[in-house]
Amino acid sequence: MTRLLDARLVAERGAFGLDLPLRVGAGETVALLGPNGAGKTTALRSLAGLHALSEGHVTLAGRDLDRPGRVWVAPERRGIGVVFQDYLLFPHLTALDNVAFGPRRRGLGRARARQLAADWLARVGLAELASRRPRELSGGQAQRVALARALAVEPTLLLLDEPLAALDARTRLDTRAELHRHLERHEGAAVLVTHDPVDALVLADRLVVVEDGAVVQEGDAETVTARPRTDYVARLVGLNLYRGRAEGHSVRLDDGTVLTAADAIDGEAFAAFPPSAVALHADRPEGSPRNVWEARVAGVHRHGDNLRVQLDGPLRAASDVTPGAAAQLGLVSGMRVWAAVKAAEIRAYPA
Amino acid sequence: MSEAVPQAAPAEARRASRGPRRQRVPVALLVPALLGLAFLTLPLAGLLIRAPWSTMPQRLAEPEVLEALRLSVFTATAATVLCLVFGVPLAWLLARVDFRGKGLVRALVTVPLVLPPVVGGVALLLVFGRNGLVGGWLDEAFGVSLPFTTAGVVAAMAFVAMPFLVVSVEGALRGADARYEEAAATLGAGRWTVFTRVTLPLVAPGIAAGAVLSWARALGEFGATITFAGNFPGRTQTMPLAVYLALETDLEAAIVLSLILLAVSVTVLACLRDRWTAAP
Repeated sequence: MTRLLDARLVAERGAFGLDLPLRVGAGETVALLGPNGAGKTTALRSLAGLHALSEGHVTLAGRDLDRPGRVWVAPERRGIGVVFQDYLLFPHLTALDNVAFGPRRRGLGRARARQLAADWLARVGLAELASRRPRELSGGQAQRVALARALAVEPTLLLLDEPLAALDARTRLDTRAELHRHLERHEGAAVLVTHDPVDALVLADRLVVVEDGAVVQEGDAETVTARPRTDYVARLVGLNLYRGRAEGHSVRLDDGTVLTAADAIDGEAFAAFPPSAVALHADRPEGSPRNVWEARVAGVHRHGDNLRVQLDGPLRAASDVTPGAAAQLGLVSGMRVWAAVKAAEIRAYPA
Repeated sequence: MSEAVPQAAPAEARRASRGPRRQRVPVALLVPALLGLAFLTLPLAGLLIRAPWSTMPQRLAEPEVLEALRLSVFTATAATVLCLVFGVPLAWLLARVDFRGKGLVRALVTVPLVLPPVVGGVALLLVFGRNGLVGGWLDEAFGVSLPFTTAGVVAAMAFVAMPFLVVSVEGALRGADARYEEAAATLGAGRWTVFTRVTLPLVAPGIAAGAVLSWARALGEFGATITFAGNFPGRTQTMPLAVYLALETDLEAAIVLSLILLAVSVTVLACLRDRWTAAP
């Protein structure tokens, strides 16, 4: 895979600083995943040229777009398409003219630009809505017009800022699948900003997790979900995560608790297990589980078909139990239970 | 307006259904408010009552009236065009570009709003008069002289009306979401194209409102016009000047001319209804 985008995005906004290295190959989609205020949108804006870098560089297809003090290419000359969070379709233009706007600016005649725009609208399945104004479009339709508008300039780099955040759950599902199809077909690079792990996992080939303006974890979906490296990622993917020192199968946590894991490693390590691996008992369980501790129930919530139990105690952890099991235990906040996790369920990996 | 004087029983019901509780209007506020309203509307009513309705058609067809009306409409329109040509870019500069001394520029732009028009007329005379700073040069170089000409009327009108346009359009530009302009830039539009293709259409209602307001202000302009352009029938005698002149000789004619101006003002207000009277 040829590397299309090579960037180091350094920007300052008051007390907040962003320093983000980013490389994206041709045909690759990278998701910048992170909580609100992590700097994802600032990163996207600096790529698009809507925000100047204070340091670092943006190089796209071998061409420098931003090198503070040396090179600055204005957004209109970058060849970067952007799908904005609330789409920003021009309210005074029809869907067709919105999509034709880019091609027109690239010197195409009105008729040819409109033909091209019609093709793109057909490609996103909206050929029959070409003459509608943005306010006459549903959220999902507006999203697709925005995508067609960004793609119609055949951008080397496509940027998507929370492309699905404004949609309701049902529309989101369909639009996500549709967007995935278009991203697969897109030959340039794509950078997607989202705080929704599902969007990131479905749409992106690679995840870059950003917190407080810095990359905290990077990798494909499998690695990130199986081996989270921060509490934020662990919560996103629904894992209990701890940090400690490993010696063989034992991981000694900072508070002194020792977990027995499936993997044998040495040195600084993370230990992670899913809430479904945590069994709860009224009395200390006998037999095989290697990890048993007494905990206090801090809260019980619905979680899908099960109940998610928040545990305090030596270890803060989440446990998923069936409603039946919860009834049998008589789970209420404040009660004491025994928690057990099989060693085979705990993954350990170097920190 | 309707809930100004709440009445006992229905008001209670309404209060319950309208959410936040409404308070009685204190008499100390209600009385001056109604007096103020009467003060604003009575003179207009007087104008309508004293109007010579029976001879109105003939009055309206008098050549002097038509001439003054034609001149007023022409000069006010020309002044509005001038305001648009120079005022819209000025408003854009104030709303979109950061530069030193912006506060001062904005203050200067609004000076004609508070300046007595007659002072504006004197100032124009000093600058564009035959011996003025710019006027002398205009006269020598091009043989153009503004004072006491129709062009002078247009200049006086534009001087007093332009601030209305600038303020209105600047407000519209600030209210418009500048991110549309960013979106246009990412699609390959340079700043001029962004301005013509995105910014202008987005703020078109604001520009229209500003233009209507400027036009109305120009139409009613008196002080600067009579000072700078004089009072020559057919050349610089606009409607307000004709009203003033008629007042000394023919009261009925003055009333008729005034009614025409009133009708125009009401029409303008109707056009701006949504923007100005539908306040929060």
